[in-house]
Amino acid sequence: MGEEVKLFGSYASPFSSRVELALKLKGVSFENIKEDLANKSALLVQYNPVHKKIPVLLHGGRPVIESLIILEYIDETWDGNHAILPKDPFERALACFWVKFIDDKVLRALWMSCRSEGEMQKNFMEQSKEYLELLENELKGNKFFGGDAIGIVDISANFIALWAIVLQEVAGISLINEEKYPILCNWIEEFLSSEVVKESLPEKEKLFAYFHAKKEVIFANKAPAY
Amino acid sequence: MASEDVKLIGAVMSPFVMRPRVSLNLKGVEYEFLEETFGSKSELLLKSNPVYKKIPVLIHSGKPICESLIIVQYIDETWSGHSILPSDAYDRAIARFWAHYIDDKWFPALGGIARAQTEEAKNEAIEQVFTGLKLLEEAFEKCSGGKPFFGGETIGYVDIALGCYLGWLRATEKLIGITFLDETKTPLLCHWAEKFSSHEAVASVMPETDKLVEFAKMIQAKFKAPANK
Repeated sequence: MGEEVKLFGSYASPFSSRVELALKLKGVSFENIKEDLANKSALLVQYNPVHKKIPVLLHGGRPVIESLIILEYIDETWDGNHAILPKDPFERALACFWVKFIDDKVLRALWMSCRSEGEMQKNFMEQSKEYLELLENELKGNKFFGGDAIGIVDISANFIALWAIVLQEVAGISLINEEKYPILCNWIEEFLSSEVVKESLPEKEKLFAYFHAKKEVIFANKAPAY
Repeated sequence: MASEDVKLIGAVMSPFVMRPRVSLNLKGVEYEFLEETFGSKSELLLKSNPVYKKIPVLIHSGKPICESLIIVQYIDETWSGHSILPSDAYDRAIARFWAHYIDDKWFPALGGIARAQTEEAKNEAIEQVFTGLKLLEEAFEKCSGGKPFFGGETIGYVDIALGCYLGWLRATEKLIGITFLDETKTPLLCHWAEKFSSHEAVASVMPETDKLVEFAKMIQAKFKAPANK
């Protein structure tokens, strides 16, 4: 595909990081545009009028929105190498299930565990433990959720490998630890050791500084602010 | 594909269950419908969907598939015949976007009307439903290209995603006395709703509005039990 590819994302966002990773795994060259979320560009609003959010993938001038939808689009469009989704319909359905589970349940539980207090925090932490256990079991001792290679579930779980680790440090709690989730922690190590992954993630120290500095503000808001 | 062991765990009133039913009908696939009793969950359901314990669950040759839209995609990829998702990757992305919007924003707004604790919250939810319908009217115009469905000539992914909520939309209209699908506001959607509801793959699995109204009143009575919280 010779058409121009642009990605509208932001430095601290796990969602735009997912798309960066997918494009790099496929070897697609693209222009990486970082948005200032406090000051969204007119272009971003034009391409995503419904939600006005990043990431937005622009391919040949046409916008694709929502990180998971973008991942599927990337897999279907550049289908020559590094399959992100399994080919078998049942395996695909399973992968899509886990991706949805991570996005609908896990992310929120982890985020809220790190930004709430008291009884509320206790509840979210209990939820998080339940979900992390499920993910631990789902790995089935494989290197990645995708088996031997990084797949869509691994890409979607990027939040767990970096953001959740940073946030729990900032919040002073220990949810994801080797004692309770050895297989998941091994996955984090494998995931973070990939060169392609490293290139598409923000630096841990910078992310820590970012969330630490904004602790009061972010933790007072209802929604994650990437 | 030869007739295989296809079972669907569900309930007639559920809009989510209706999605795979319409999809299987469109593909001409026969299946065994295992109806759950409201208020309890069968062993098979708990075993087949241990994470969410929710319907629908499609069991194909013993393998369970969960989450309504994931099931619809699975059905589309497994059985040939009527294409549910578009063949072009970009059109697929657009279809998925609208289906996600409908599930993530629009339907929760509709549900928010019944859940609203104050008049203000109720009116806000009503407003959101109307705003959503306006957006979907525009989306319909773009996606259909002048044809009868979001999917064009035939029922597609977005038709199934939105269409399966029509029963509950009409039930809500009756319960609160407001017309959401209004010819003067969203004429294309009104016309589409008729076509979708009367389609042979849909008509037999669309729950009757009056039954949904009765069901809704029953649930409301149950959950508004005194001194519950």
